[in-house]
Amino acid sequence: MTTTTKPATPVAATGGRRPGAGALALRQGRLETTQFLRSRESVVFTMGFPIIMILIFASIFHGEIGGGVKFTQYFITGMIATGLMTVSFQNLGIWIPIERDRGVLKRYRGTPMPKWVWFAGKVIMVVVIGIAETALLVAVAVALFDLDLPGTAARWFTFGWVAVLGVTACTLSGIAISSLARTARSGSAVVTPVALVLQFISGVFFVFTSLPTWMQQVAALFPLKWMCQGLRAVFLPESFGAQEPGGSFELGRVALVLGLWCVIGLVLCLTTFRWTTKRDG
Amino acid sequence: MDDELAISVRGLRKAYGENVAVAGVDLDVRRGEVFALLGPNGAGKTTTVEILEGYRRRDAGEVTVLGADPAQPDAGWRSRVGIVLQGTGEFDELTVAEVIRHFSGFYPDADDPDKVIERVGLAGKAKARTHTLSGGQKRRLDVALGIIGRPELLFLDEPTTGFDPEARREFWELIRDLAAAGTTIVLTTHYLDEAEALADRVGVIAGGRLVEVAAPNRLGNRQEALATVSWRTPEGTVESAQSATPTALVADLAARYGGEVPGLTVTRPTLEDVYLTMIGHTR
Repeated sequence: MTTTTKPATPVAATGGRRPGAGALALRQGRLETTQFLRSRESVVFTMGFPIIMILIFASIFHGEIGGGVKFTQYFITGMIATGLMTVSFQNLGIWIPIERDRGVLKRYRGTPMPKWVWFAGKVIMVVVIGIAETALLVAVAVALFDLDLPGTAARWFTFGWVAVLGVTACTLSGIAISSLARTARSGSAVVTPVALVLQFISGVFFVFTSLPTWMQQVAALFPLKWMCQGLRAVFLPESFGAQEPGGSFELGRVALVLGLWCVIGLVLCLTTFRWTTKRDG
Repeated sequence: MDDELAISVRGLRKAYGENVAVAGVDLDVRRGEVFALLGPNGAGKTTTVEILEGYRRRDAGEVTVLGADPAQPDAGWRSRVGIVLQGTGEFDELTVAEVIRHFSGFYPDADDPDKVIERVGLAGKAKARTHTLSGGQKRRLDVALGIIGRPELLFLDEPTTGFDPEARREFWELIRDLAAAGTTIVLTTHYLDEAEALADRVGVIAGGRLVEVAAPNRLGNRQEALATVSWRTPEGTVESAQSATPTALVADLAARYGGEVPGLTVTRPTLEDVYLTMIGHTR
């Protein structure tokens, strides 16, 4: 027994007061974004992948898809959607298991940080990187392949809500699927095949309507197909809507399915999220 | 709840399926005390400590830590408890200063990050990315994150595993500093010298049970234990006797041999002997 001195009861605070809840979330978002940007693999593979893909596609397919619309104009929609999914679903589905395995999450749980602040930090990171990546992708497509930007405010608005709903659905699903991975390394084994299959069946690499009907129907269960479709409404002429499986771009249904996935993702997150690995009990 | 107690545990039990990790532990840790939980791997140290830290649920028992049940940790309680886990949670891409500053934002009465960096001996590494730190330096970062909130109670789970001797000495100094400032410290270790050097009291845990709790020099009634006196007989064999009064025995022997007793030794059980007996090993 050393002494009976009462330990550090609040004397004059030397370190300043704790920031408010909103400020805490912003700090967390800034930290997550910094960590992402400093990790070269994340930047190259998450941000670079869609740009590399559009470069390849634009170089392979020079022609028109019909009605005076270039292939690039069609594929950019799939690339934007893929990019948004990569930055949210794949990024989180791969990184969270690593952080869980290393005990980063456990460490956060041992602090007075409110749980939601950590999730908010991830969301802020995804939004920041998603915006940057989409802007870069669109800029590259405009500069190199004469992409036509949406001409009306209504189309930009559609771009906005499709992106927000899509990213939200993919972020929540990414957090949810992260709990499936038992170890740090299995994160990408779980997530990558799911993402790749979805990309193929959702019309990212092909014209969606050229896919077999059953494949289209499977794709319609997942968000990526609807993100692509919503973005086609943004970048393609109105008349192209007639070629969609539903006979139009079906923006109402796009909103409905993406909204539904937000709910499903949220429920899965709340019910299955683990702060520690299985062996940690 | 006794206000002088930082931790009070009664009948703590925890099993993982068939495997009983903690089989009825009673324990009190006073405020301001340095308490070491000593035991071999798999004895239940980490499970016990992680229940106290609010990480794990218990199956049974009464547990009070800083006046609250750790199974329902709230932010106020969390801000009074510092935790240094066994593994290192790494923030590879961030610098030491960035990580410590960030964590300081979680606490209502955080210490000055620069002061803490200085205190754990990482001043020269403040701007270094954490993945460039050595094992010992990473552990210091862990401790920095454990004390940045100025905790009343600090848990350290095997803090010096993998340290070289010099790094351990420096680390011990840091712990003594914290203890001198009034922080209650609970550490787990499987190093006897560490428990002996730091702890006011040591609890020996084996097979999920606390075998004994005592000051390090009183563990296993070491001081009252019989001394072993041994010497060489003129025939060349070694003879030994256990005695509660070894001085008398030595005087007796001296008289018998008329001066020097050949090959004379007088020993009492070392802490290690006592410990190994307690955890069920024999030498």
